[in-house]
Order: sequence, then structure tokens, then C-alpha cells
Amino acid sequence: MSFLDTHGAILTIIVPLFAAFLMPLLGKLSQKAPRFLAAGALALSSALAIRLAIQVWDSGTIVYTLGSATGTIFRIQLIVDGMGIFMALIMAIVSLAVAIYSWSNIDRYTGQEKYYALLLLVTVGSYGMVLTGDMFNLFVFFEISSISLCGLVAFRSQRGESFEAAFKYMLYSTISGVMILFAIGIFYGQYGLLHMVGISNAMAVNGSTMLDKIALGLLATVFAMKAGSVPMHMTTPDAYGEAPAGITALFVAASQAGLYALFRTGFTIYSSGMNMTTLGWVLIVLGVLSMFIGVTMALVQSDIKRLMAYHAISQTGYMLLGVGVGMAVMADPVLMAQYGVDAMRGGIFHIINHAMYKGLLFLTAGAIIHRMGTSDLNEMHGLGRNMKWTAIMFILGALAIAGLPPTNGFSSKFIIYESVYQFNPILAVIAMLVSILTLASFVKVFYSAFLGPRPSKPVKEAPASMLLGMGIFSAVIVILSLFPGFIIEKIVDPAVSALVPGVELTPLSSGFFPSTIITGDGFWSVLVFIGAFVSIMIIASLIRSMGNKGFTKRKGMGQPYYFGNRVTASARVSGGNVYWGFLKAMERYYKPVKAEHTGDANDYVAWLLITMAVILAVVVFL
Amino acid sequence: MIWQIPFLVTVVLLAIGLYMCLMKRNVIKIIMGISIMEAGVNLFLVALGYRDGGIAPIFTQASEGTMVMPTTQALTLTSIVIGLATTALMLAFAVMIHRRYGTLDVRKMRRLKG
Repeated sequence: MSFLDTHGAILTIIVPLFAAFLMPLLGKLSQKAPRFLAAGALALSSALAIRLAIQVWDSGTIVYTLGSATGTIFRIQLIVDGMGIFMALIMAIVSLAVAIYSWSNIDRYTGQEKYYALLLLVTVGSYGMVLTGDMFNLFVFFEISSISLCGLVAFRSQRGESFEAAFKYMLYSTISGVMILFAIGIFYGQYGLLHMVGISNAMAVNGSTMLDKIALGLLATVFAMKAGSVPMHMTTPDAYGEAPAGITALFVAASQAGLYALFRTGFTIYSSGMNMTTLGWVLIVLGVLSMFIGVTMALVQSDIKRLMAYHAISQTGYMLLGVGVGMAVMADPVLMAQYGVDAMRGGIFHIINHAMYKGLLFLTAGAIIHRMGTSDLNEMHGLGRNMKWTAIMFILGALAIAGLPPTNGFSSKFIIYESVYQFNPILAVIAMLVSILTLASFVKVFYSAFLGPRPSKPVKEAPASMLLGMGIFSAVIVILSLFPGFIIEKIVDPAVSALVPGVELTPLSSGFFPSTIITGDGFWSVLVFIGAFVSIMIIASLIRSMGNKGFTKRKGMGQPYYFGNRVTASARVSGGNVYWGFLKAMERYYKPVKAEHTGDANDYVAWLLITMAVILAVVVFL
Repeated sequence: MIWQIPFLVTVVLLAIGLYMCLMKRNVIKIIMGISIMEAGVNLFLVALGYRDGGIAPIFTQASEGTMVMPTTQALTLTSIVIGLATTALMLAFAVMIHRRYGTLDVRKMRRLKG
């Protein structure tokens, strides 16, 4: 065993931690040095995480005991299993891309060393949350990531709104932190243990007590809040919208660490001592609410990043739905084999897909804001003429989030639809409807930002480092899109079997074609789709070539044609008005729902507490 | 009965803290509420580790008798440090909000909504 084999898990966390504390010193020496240290440290820790991942896939779960060669459950342990390494892998890709992207993105700001130090600390927090096997460590890393994220949300300190968003997010995360600690106290008071597996084993002996169920209610609410689930989502769009663009991409990955903690609590700790159907239904309800309210609220936004933030909430709903269905039927091996496993596969595959395409979309939004100086969709037009690469990558991200074939978003949503339909058809229909609305919303963004007349002041393509950051995400999306079967088998399946030990995993793809997914009734192959697409394009171009060859475009034929009064060519529907008909028709829905997002911190706390009370009541008494 | 009192105080402190976060309009008072909640949970942890008639858990030259549990005290120390960091950061936000908005009233701090 080499040094790296033994200590790989802790080194992944330690490297960015030390770099973070080195950063303020380095910032005194030079203005440029922090960015290289951040990128270097994150590249190193990403490489360590990937190495760790290969080790876990080859030889199973790694248990690393801190400060000792022999491990017992009374020591602090890092437990790296399929699920943990799946999340760490996401963090590895996102943190590196964001560090590179930030070079140009925050070039004009002072205090860069603080920015990079906090960025590294967020990475530390998220790695820690997903790799630890100890409840108290989970709490500490949760706080590290929350506090650093709040500092970063307030980074653009020339805006008052940044502080407002940071304060509200901090309010939520601090109350959550207190609740986690309270739940940990409940565990420790009963079992004298902080080790997740230890607590789980103790619960298996006597079944979970009333106190355990209270702790479960608190933990489930808090981690769902961190993931940004409706109705505790109120501060999420504020924080996502106000943070610098790179940080927002990191925010998505850090929020998913909360999702991970939720699944970990449900599956690893509690499933030994109680029936998980109730919690599964809680996740399903939260997921459906998140999907629907997230996407409908996104449709009315005119701030590009706030709009995308609501989509992040909506997409989180898919993961909650998929994994929730798996959790609800967990006790029944027949149903589990029929669709439960597939639902979990879809939900977990969606986590990595979401982190990649949502990260990419936030980075493209950041590039637009960087060049335009505004995030208001109504003031943007014609950016596609000069920002070609940004536009292309935006299209890739938009197709993926809307779940259009042949992207990775389609693969995971396809599995979720197929499996959830067998569980409850209505849920699957809602999920598809939400996908359609997502597409509509991104058509609006693409139309308002990239199409239309040239912008009044010349706009250049995004700087090279920002393009490189976006390029990393795009490359990963292309890989995930082309080989969904392979990715599910190699990366997602270990995660599923880490959450539900001993579950039977029937392969989704026939080994011959890594790009194919076969569920019970469904068949999806990227190669077939691309083949069909190319042949249709060839037929279309054949038809086109049969047309009149002497035809030439005359002057003015490309101009829009208006009836009635003379209008200038620059007259166009602005971004906020694209779907006015739909919004008008839905007025009775929008009026109360929009009015609930009051912006008042007291109301937000009230929503958190009401949700907590409801979940507690459901978990304890049902 | 007497050893139940710390737990009752914990509940009371948590309730006061939540009430302040829910009802108070002033940012500073909300931050105070959060500090009170943190104090409540710290008390809960320390009370969990207490053993009747226990002595300090120092092994060298320990006298006879039950020791109180050291783990919860370590947890509490960590939690106090985290609480300090959150309170300091939130107060810093309060200062900056007052500079930019000219008010600390959460009802007037509503530029981000909808």
C-alpha cells in the first residue's frame, strides 16, 4: 500500500484546506498569485478524488480512521463508498472548472485572495460532507460550507442586495445548523455514538424510538433546505442570483451535498430500524412541489441568474422524486426490482447531470453579465452575433436541462419517467409537464439574450479562462450524453448499492453498446438517435437542393414584415413579455404564489418552521 | 426531577430563539435570537454528558468517582466556535445592510422578492 492509497481520502480534504489558509499570506505578496494557488490546489485535490474514485470502484468501500491505524466506531472515520465518491467526483469537476473560470470573472475586484480562500473552503466543506462517516463531522463540514458560501454571496460588496441575500441565506443555514446539532445530541444521548454505521446498528437492535423519529424529521427538513427544496427555497434564488457566477455553479454542487446528506440519513442511518415508506413519500411530495413551483416561478423572472436559480430548484425536484420513489418501495423487493432501483438510478444520475449542465448555464450567464454589465433579460439582445462560443455552450446546457435527446438530461429524465410511471402515472405526467415548461423558459432566455438586433454597444466574446471553465463542463456533458449506459453501470450503480446494500442491480444497457439504455419497456440509444437525426438532415438538404437554383436573396427580404403602422426594425418583444399570454391565463395561480415570495426574512423563517413542523408530524405519527 | 431542569431550559431557550427569528423585525434582534438558540443547544449537549456527582474527565491523577462524558464537551466547544463565526459574520452583514439600505428593519429589506 502506497502513501496515497492509504491516505487518499483525507488528503482530498486537507489539500484545499491548507491552500485556503495559505491564501491570505500569498495575497499580500502578489495580486496574481492566489488564482494560481487556488487552481493548483483544486487540480491536485481533484486528481486525488479521481484516484480515490478508481480505488473505490476497483476494491470497494474505503474506511479511513483519523489518527489511528485501527478503526472502531468510537473513532472519527471517513467512509468512502460508491455514493460518497460519486458526489466527490462532481465536486472535483465543478471546483476545478469554477477556479479557472474565476480568473477573468473576478479580475476587476479587489480582495481576490479572500474570494479564493472561501472558494477553497466551500470545496473542503462539500468534500468533507460527502466523505465523512461521522454525524458531528457532517455538521462541522455543513457549517464550513454554509458560512463560506454566505461570505461569497456577499462578495460583490458594491451591491446592497448581496448583503440582503447573504443575510437571509445565513439565517436559514444557521437555524438549520442548530437543528442538526440538536438531532446529533439526540443520537448521542441515546446511543453514545456519533458514527453513522454505529447509530444505524444500534437502531437495528431495538427499532427506532420516538426520539429517533424526531431527529429524522429535523435532519430531513434541514438537508432538504440545503438542497433548496420548496417550500424552504425562498432564499435560494436570492443567494444564487447575487453570488458571482462562478460561485453559483459551485453553490449548485454544494447544495447537492445537502441532498446527499438527506439520502445518507434516510438510507444508511434509518433504514435499519424503521419503515422508510413515509419518508419516501415526504421526499416525493417535496420533489413534486419543487419541480412545479420552481419551474412556474422561473417563467416569470426577468433576471437571468434568478431565472436559472428557480430552474435549479425545479431540477432538484427530479432527484427527490426519483430517489423518493426508490425509498418508498425499498421494503418490497419485488417492486424494488421492478422500478424502485431504476427510479433511484435516474435520480442519482440526474445529480451529476444537473451539476454539469446547471453549472454550465450559470457560467454562460456569468459570461453574459461580465460582457453586458447587466443581468436583466429585457436589456439584452443579439449577443449570439459576437459571443458565438458562449451561445453554442448555452444551447448545449439548455437542451440538457430541458431533457431533449440526445443529451444527458434526457437519459436521466427518461429513466425517471419510465420508473415513476409504474409507481404513479400522475407523478410522471407532472415531471414531463415540468420538462416542457423548462424548455419554454430556456427558449425565452435564448431568444432574449442571443437573438435579435445587434447590441447597441459592441460586445466581445467571453475571455479565454471563462471559455475554458465552460468548456470543461461542456466536455463532461458530451461524455455523459454519449455513454449513458456506461456511466450508469460504472458510476451510478455503485452509488445505488451503497445506499441500498444488497440490492439486485440488473444492468440497464446491453454490454455491447455503452450508449444504450433499456428499461422495462423503454429503449433509448444515443447512436440510433444521432443516426436518425443525421439521415433526416440529409433528406432535408436533398429536398432543399431540388429547389430553384437561380434564386437569390434580394435586399430587404431578411427584414421582418409588419402590418399597419410603420415600426422600426429594432421593435421586438422583450424577454419579460415572451409568454404574456400564458402568464395572463395562469394569473389566478401566479398571484398568490408570487405574493408568497415576500422578501421578508420573518416570513421565510415561518415557512422553514411550518415545513419542519409538518415533516416532524408526518414522520413521527405516521 | 432536578436533572430534568437543563432540558427544560434548553426547550425554553430554543423557543425564545425561534420566536425572535419569527417575530422580531430588527436584524440585530434576529441575530440575538440565533445566538440564544445556539446557547440552548450547547446547554443540551453539556447536560447530556453530565453524570450525577461526576468529576472532570481528566485521567491523570484522577480521584475516585464517575467522570462526566468528555465527548459532549468537545462537541460543545466546537459548536461555540462555529457559533462565534456565524454571529460575527451575520453582524458584519447587519453593518453592511445598514450602510446600503439605511435601515435594519427586515420589512424594508425586500429588494429581492418574487
